Amino acid sequence: MHEKTSVLSAQGLRKEYGKGAALVRAVDDVSLDVAPGESVAIVGPSGCGKSTLLYLLGGLERPSAGTLALEGRQLEQMPETGLARLRRHALGFVFQAFHLVDELTALENIELPALLAGSAPRAARERARELLDQVGLEDRAEHLPSALSGGQRQRVAIARALANAPLVVLADEPTGNLDSTATTEVLRLFGQLHAGGQTLVVVTHDERIAATADRLITMRDGRFVGETKLAGGTARGLTEMAGLEG
Amino acid sequence: MPERATLPDREPLQGYQLGVVREVLLALLAGEASHGYQLRARLALALGPLAGALNEGQVYVTLSRLEKAGLLTARRVGQTDRPDRKVYELTPAGRERVDAWLHDTSWPKPAPAEFHLKLVAAAAAGLADPVGIVDRQRRELLVGLAQAQRAALAEPERSVAALLLEGVVLRLQADLRWLEACARYWNSAKER
Repeated sequence: MHEKTSVLSAQGLRKEYGKGAALVRAVDDVSLDVAPGESVAIVGPSGCGKSTLLYLLGGLERPSAGTLALEGRQLEQMPETGLARLRRHALGFVFQAFHLVDELTALENIELPALLAGSAPRAARERARELLDQVGLEDRAEHLPSALSGGQRQRVAIARALANAPLVVLADEPTGNLDSTATTEVLRLFGQLHAGGQTLVVVTHDERIAATADRLITMRDGRFVGETKLAGGTARGLTEMAGLEG
Repeated sequence: MPERATLPDREPLQGYQLGVVREVLLALLAGEASHGYQLRARLALALGPLAGALNEGQVYVTLSRLEKAGLLTARRVGQTDRPDRKVYELTPAGRERVDAWLHDTSWPKPAPAEFHLKLVAAAAAGLADPVGIVDRQRRELLVGLAQAQRAALAEPERSVAALLLEGVVLRLQADLRWLEACARYWNSAKER
C-alpha cells in the first residue's frame, strides 16, 4: 500500500456480474496505485475488463469487493450523493464517443461541469475560455459539436473534463473513434496535460496512446498480467527502428 | 549473451546504411549539380532527429566511390577565401542507376518468421514459456514505440521528418498487434 503518496489507490478491486454458474468476474482482484502527475495506461483486448475497471476507479460503478481511495478518502462505501459530488469536483472523464451535449456550443459544453459544481457563471465562462484556448480551439467557441471534426470534439470533451481542475482524468478509449490525424491531435494534447502535471489514467487498445504513458499495465481476463515502465530508449534504437543502421 | 561472442561480428556499424545513401545521393544530384555539404543538408532535413545517424565522412567517402564507379563526376571550383570545393554532377550511367532505383519495388523486410519459429521451438523443446517470450518482446517494442512517438510529437506540424517517424510508429503498432495474436494463441495452447 502506498496510499500516502498515491492520489488514487485501489486494493483488491473486484466486480462480479451474475450468480452461480453464470458468474462473471469482469474485474478480478486488481490493485493499483497512481502517483500524483503520473500517467498510467491500461491495455488489453476488448472484454478484458478494462472499461469496467475505469468505471470502478471513477466511482461510476461500485465494486463487489475491495477498497478505493481518492486522496485518502474511501469511496467504496460513500453514499451516492457524496460520490456524485466527488466525481464532479475531483474527477474528469473522457469517453470514446465524446458524450458532448449536441444542443450546446463548444464553450457551453466546457463550462457545464463548472456550473453544475456551483461556480459563478462568469467564472465558469472564463475558465471555459481558458480551456478552449489550451486545447487550441479558441476559434470554435460558438460551434455546435455537429460542426466540429472528431478530433475537435474529443478536444472539447477533454477541455470539459478539465473544467473543475480534477485530481485525476480518467479516459476510456479516447482515440477509439478517431482517424490517424485526429489521434495525433489527441496524443499531443495528452502529452501537454501530462507535461503540465495532470494525473491521467487511460484505458485503451490503441498502442499509440498507451505509449505516451509513464507506466503501462496489461490486463487479461479481469486481471493485471504485466507492467512496463516506458521511459528510456536510446537514439541508436530509434535510428535502427527507422532502418538507418544495421 | 555468451553465444554471441563465438559468432563473427557483423561489419562495424558506420552510422548510415551505405546501400541507401548511395542511391539517395545520386538521386539528389539528378536535379542539379551540388556540393557535398548541400547534399548532406538535404539528408539531414529529411531525417530530422535521426540525422545523428548520418556520419559526415560517410557522405564524402560514398561520393568518391560513386565517382570511381563512373556514376558521377567531380570538378573543383575555386573559392576566394577558402580551399577549393568539389561540385558533383551525375553521369548518364548515374542517371540510369537513379531511374532503376526509383522503379525498384523491393521493400524492407519485416521479419516475423524468426520470431515465430523461436516460439514454436521454445514450446516444442519445453525450453521456455512462449507467452513469456512474447511479453518480453512486447515490452521491448512498447519502449521503442514510446520513444518514436515522443520524437514524432516533438516535430513541428508538416515536418517531413515526422513522416519518417510516423512510419516507425505504424510499423511497431502492426508488430505489437501481431504479438497480441501470438499471446492469444500460445495462451490458449497452454490451456489445451
